[in-house]
Amino acid sequence: MAADTEKLLQFLLRTGDNTLVLSHRVSEWCGHSPILEEDIALANTALDLIGQAQMWLGYAAQVQGDGKSADDLAFLRDAWDFRNVLLCELPNGDFGRTLLRQFLFDAYQSVLMGRLIKSSDETVAGIAAKASKEVAYHVERSADTVVGLGDGTAESHKRMQVALDYLWPYVGEMFESDAVDTAMAEAGIAPDPASLRADFDALVGRVLAEATLTRPDSPFTHKGGRTGRMHTEHLGHMLANMQWLQRAYPGCEW
Amino acid sequence: MKNEWPLWEIFIRGQHGMSHRHVGSLHAPDAEMAIKNARDVYTRRNEGVSIWVVEARHIAATAPGDKGPLFEPSESKVYRHPTFFDIPEEVGHM
Amino acid sequence: MYAQMIKTASNGVKSRDEMSPEERAFQDKIDNDIKIEPRDWMPDDYRKTLIRQIGQHAHSEVVGQLPEGNWITRAPTLERKMILLAKVQDEAGHGLYLYSAAETLGVTRDDMVEMLHAGRMKYSSIFNYPTLNWADIGAVGWLVDGAAIVNQVALQRTSYGPYSRAMIRICKEESFHARQGYHAIMKMAFGTPEQKRQAQDAVNRLWFPAIMMFGPNDSDSTHSEQSMAWKIKVKSNDELRQQFVDQTVPQIEYLGLDLPDPGIKWNQERGHYDFSDPDWSEFFNVIKGNGPCNVDRMNARVKAWEDGQWVRDGLMEHARKKAARKVAAE
Ligand SMILES: [Fe+2]
Ligand SMILES: [Fe+2]
Ligand SMILES: [Fe+2]
Repeated sequence: MAADTEKLLQFLLRTGDNTLVLSHRVSEWCGHSPILEEDIALANTALDLIGQAQMWLGYAAQVQGDGKSADDLAFLRDAWDFRNVLLCELPNGDFGRTLLRQFLFDAYQSVLMGRLIKSSDETVAGIAAKASKEVAYHVERSADTVVGLGDGTAESHKRMQVALDYLWPYVGEMFESDAVDTAMAEAGIAPDPASLRADFDALVGRVLAEATLTRPDSPFTHKGGRTGRMHTEHLGHMLANMQWLQRAYPGCEW
Repeated sequence: MKNEWPLWEIFIRGQHGMSHRHVGSLHAPDAEMAIKNARDVYTRRNEGVSIWVVEARHIAATAPGDKGPLFEPSESKVYRHPTFFDIPEEVGHM
Repeated sequence: MYAQMIKTASNGVKSRDEMSPEERAFQDKIDNDIKIEPRDWMPDDYRKTLIRQIGQHAHSEVVGQLPEGNWITRAPTLERKMILLAKVQDEAGHGLYLYSAAETLGVTRDDMVEMLHAGRMKYSSIFNYPTLNWADIGAVGWLVDGAAIVNQVALQRTSYGPYSRAMIRICKEESFHARQGYHAIMKMAFGTPEQKRQAQDAVNRLWFPAIMMFGPNDSDSTHSEQSMAWKIKVKSNDELRQQFVDQTVPQIEYLGLDLPDPGIKWNQERGHYDFSDPDWSEFFNVIKGNGPCNVDRMNARVKAWEDGQWVRDGLMEHARKKAARKVAAE
């Protein structure tokens, strides 16, 4: 594989694995949410994310060029080959943490998709155009919920602040750059993640202020997901579930 | 603590320019969330392009006893219905 | 069915002479297929019975999310995961529509949920059975939703307007459920020997629980004349069960699977399939709370409800604060 093809593949896996892994987490809520209306809304979010994963990983498989499919990438890679940020694989925690994580990811996605629709790669631009409509709704809904719970009762406020303190050290990884990102930026395929941070901070700052939540000021960031260097222990357990049938009964049609 | 979210009635206008139609109800803390919930609950199959929400307690309705005086007069106005009129076939579709 | 063993609140069907003028006018409407609407006069027992029946139906949809939800994170392909998630999400929607229909009778959703959790309201026996392999997901959509559809199609004609409208909306969504289920189990039945084994196992385990969904035999089913007269039950348990068996047996045969009941045989004279009675003592045990999953199902529902309390309260409190700020600003 040519060096730039390899880099495009890495970019697509990163983008696709984020949505795949997060969709899995969100789908875990189905049947267990605080109220039916939220259960239905979360399922919609998960469905959108799986759809996006299918598109990104479908393109990744095509770029990889060895006849594999999006399903092969989702169900037959081991944890070290996943390229999602750690934020997406963290366990759900309570509903507040899930929604706050969703908001942080939605905020990142909304900025990213806004740039990707102008990608020099037509397929990337096309996927981003479709995804950006979904992301626009996701970020509106998750922002509302974060504000509602942050500025709700004393208990909901406290829980949201705890969730924010827990999640914040995982935010920075979304804006890390490496050689893959530099190559993507130079080719006009995708923006340098660092360049998304200002817009993200503005959006998140506005919502957290309205939610009366305090952003932790430690600049420390956990990383290792998007490079595959070191995932959390949680990803392996997720894959043990997700991939079990495909692994136990290889080569079947489902 | 009794703290149930209020009940909202949901009206949706579909793709084809018809009026908003009552599609059902749901619970939400306020109007904004009711609209979002309606989007998630009642437009999962592309059913709508516009949503109205009204808190159920604000809906005024005819009393069941009014059924006679309010609606019967229109029952006798059969001329309001197109099938009342025999139009000769030669004039074409109308 | 999703509403099984509903105890009709009534002391037997009254003859016309025994009815008050209001009751007579009410019964006339029903006999003429005029829908009863929320603000219309209705006998107390009609209201009570409907709350029980629609409430139980709603609870069944919501508890019914759990056995299928059990496989969402293990679905074998991205497409299957989407289909299953959308299907289970629909069931949450069905619960929501039905609770709304019951709410028009003057009970709140929270009241009904609390009664369920306190064991004072029930849900369908079928959801107390486990889903043990992937073919169960196909079998549930095909057999369980299939059985529900037989009942729900009949209920579209029920006398209570909001219930009937909810049924119409639900039936539109249900045909997707049955079809996706059959499609999934087809892949298994026509797949590798191991897949076929899972399909057979699923059909064997779920067949009798599925036909139990229609409730006890007519001869043992109490209180149904009044519900029939009120048109909140439209066909008898045995009629619906027979209809389900007749439509399903050829579908099992098409899959090339063994019939799950050696008693299934075409009866030329009746023009219907004969089949064995399920073990009704098992059914009554499940209804009493002794099914394989009753405790797990209820614990899961109660946990979701209790863990969600702070969320519901928090969002409500925020809405109040926002409204108050708006008033203050005006
Ligand atoms: Fe359903
Ligand atoms: Fe169902
Ligand atoms: Fe269903």
